[in-house]
Amino acid sequence: MNQAEIAAQNGVNVEALLGAREALTAAPEAACFTWRVASEWKNGTHAESSVESFFGLGEEQKHVREYRYDTDHPEIFASADKGSTPVEFILVGLAGCLTAGIAAVASHRGIRLHSVTATVEADMDIQGILGIDGDVRNGFNSITVDYRVDADASEADIAALVAQSQKRSAVFDIITNPTDVHVRVNR
Amino acid sequence: MTTDAPWTGRKADAVDVVVIGAGHAGLAASHLLSRHGVDHVVLERGQVANAWRQERWNSLRLLTPNWQTRLPGKAYAGDDPDGFMAVPELVRFLDDYAAGLNAPVLTETTVTRVARNGDGYRVSTDRGTLQARAVVLASGACNRPSVPGIAGKLPDTVKQLTPFDYDSPDDVPAGGVLVVGASATGLQLATELLRAGRDVTLAAGEHVRIPRQYRGHDIFYWLQRCGIHDERYDQVEDLARGRRLPSPQLVGTRELDLLDLNHLAGLGARITGRLAGVRDDTLMFSGALRNVCELADLKMQRLLAQIDETADADGAPAPERYAPTQLPGPPVLTLDTRRDDIRSVIWATGFRPDYHWLDVPVLDRKGQLIHEGGVVASPGMYALGLPLMRRRKSSFIFGIEDDARDITQHLVDYLRWPFPESDARSSSWAGAASCRTTQESVLSMNNG
Ligand SMILES: Cc1cc2nc3c(=O)[nH]c(=O)nc-3n(C[C@H](O)[C@H](O)[C@H](O)COP(=O)(O)OP(=O)(O)OC[C@H]3O[C@@H](n4cnc5c(N)ncnc54)[C@H](O)[C@@H]3O)c2cc1C
Repeated sequence: MNQAEIAAQNGVNVEALLGAREALTAAPEAACFTWRVASEWKNGTHAESSVESFFGLGEEQKHVREYRYDTDHPEIFASADKGSTPVEFILVGLAGCLTAGIAAVASHRGIRLHSVTATVEADMDIQGILGIDGDVRNGFNSITVDYRVDADASEADIAALVAQSQKRSAVFDIITNPTDVHVRVNR
Repeated sequence: MTTDAPWTGRKADAVDVVVIGAGHAGLAASHLLSRHGVDHVVLERGQVANAWRQERWNSLRLLTPNWQTRLPGKAYAGDDPDGFMAVPELVRFLDDYAAGLNAPVLTETTVTRVARNGDGYRVSTDRGTLQARAVVLASGACNRPSVPGIAGKLPDTVKQLTPFDYDSPDDVPAGGVLVVGASATGLQLATELLRAGRDVTLAAGEHVRIPRQYRGHDIFYWLQRCGIHDERYDQVEDLARGRRLPSPQLVGTRELDLLDLNHLAGLGARITGRLAGVRDDTLMFSGALRNVCELADLKMQRLLAQIDETADADGAPAPERYAPTQLPGPPVLTLDTRRDDIRSVIWATGFRPDYHWLDVPVLDRKGQLIHEGGVVASPGMYALGLPLMRRRKSSFIFGIEDDARDITQHLVDYLRWPFPESDARSSSWAGAASCRTTQESVLSMNNG
């Protein structure tokens, strides 16, 4: 591999991704992953969640370390604001997922990235969560993601990168399509 | 031991090759097998061109222009080369072709089971059985409409149809209709229903947007001229994806250049994203509609740019420019079948083959045939007419000739090969090994 090819990988291990795709096509059972979060109420609207283990490739896996996240509500809702709101976390997930996708697709297509920045905005009418108006949904009415991509590629190729990353994004799919959600209470 | 097989009009029940299906693929295979002097029969559960007689809607015209409608040894000879055949005309074309074949086409003969037997296959039908050394599966790639699992969740108040149930708007109950799928079938049916004054919602997932004509020629002219239709299965970057590609948004008429979502919206259709879920009376649509439109626009631009390279060199007229897909306002995410009066759903969600009679372990876990460019993973078994089987054009009528030539050549080589297993037993180990290598190389078909 020459310097240009290495640079065009943008730090993404393309061979490993392609290898994984091939291996998982042959052994689809190994492609079944389970992601986990543990969460604990602290005080008020503050909760602390942690992420460490997950299941995949047929066995238990671990992140290199445990990650902890605080969620809370802002002071205007008379909360302590010990962390971002849960809805902002969704947007963090969306941005993280789309941006990772852009890097992976760019590397696969041999496009060198110089910078990728995004701002995400989501509109919500909180009459929904406050139960003021039953016709207003709880969740976002719409989400807008604005990307700025500086790369060695044409405008059309960059647009294609961003479009393809949505097509392959888990979080984009989670947000745009319904999911069966089962919340249980255990003793 | 052989027995009489009067139902076939033959003296014996053994035949070198059984071709299953008398659509254009099976007929083309028969034509070429006869040219090689190979003994064979064609078995067909209905009449010649059964799929066209039984499974298409009334207004359908071919997507491919008349000049392109050709089979090995037969070209379109009518006076409208730039027109698009209606189904009855194509049925006549295929009937004529069948009449000119040497081998018997045994119609009204349904293959009920194909199983490995000795060095060949036992082919059971509702009229008797045949022992064949080789089998060509030309039974079609579109035997059943593929309907997604959520169909089972739709309320009983909604009548469900597939393109196989649809002949004309009269088959659709009064009230609103949801057409699921934005490929050629979905767009054609939606357009026809809109013109019949129906209230139509179209759920669009990933789709292929292309113009009917470009730079003075039909789009199929360019796809051929630029070598795109000849691209081989072992050259395409993502074969699995290429084989899943939906049909392009086209209709067989010169009167409309872009049968796209803009056109449908202009006719009054409500466009939604993919039907992603059903909860009681509520239909839930994907919020990814913008992105699938953007992807389709980008892919169309990329295809046209590729055509431009050839078209410029050919001195073709200046390129047309197309407006991007414009969605009127934010997409609808849910509809209530009662409140929004959705009385029927048409599943224009593609088709799939039916191999329930194939008792040979050659299907993958999704029920797809395992094959290498049409050479099926069982000796002496071949396929024809599957999407991107050997080339991008494999599933088209005009695409069968090259594939059928390759496949029949391979089959003829296979039949000529002295059965290696019996030879191997009497010869040395080295002899057996070299025998196997030669057969493998025949099977791997490297005739680029
Ligand atoms: C809606 C639609 C529009 C299309 N438009 C075009 C177009 O414009 N241009 C173009 O080039 N292509 C077009 N195609 C693609 C393709 O040409 C057709 O699908 C065509 O019918 C395929 O021909 P075939 O011979 O491979 O299969 P089929 O025509 O499906 O023939 C298979 C035959 O096998 C028979 N058969 C199946 N199972 C058995 C069994 N167990 N025993 C005995 N017989 C059996 C069937 O009865 C049938 O006659 C279109 C396809 C569809 C679905």
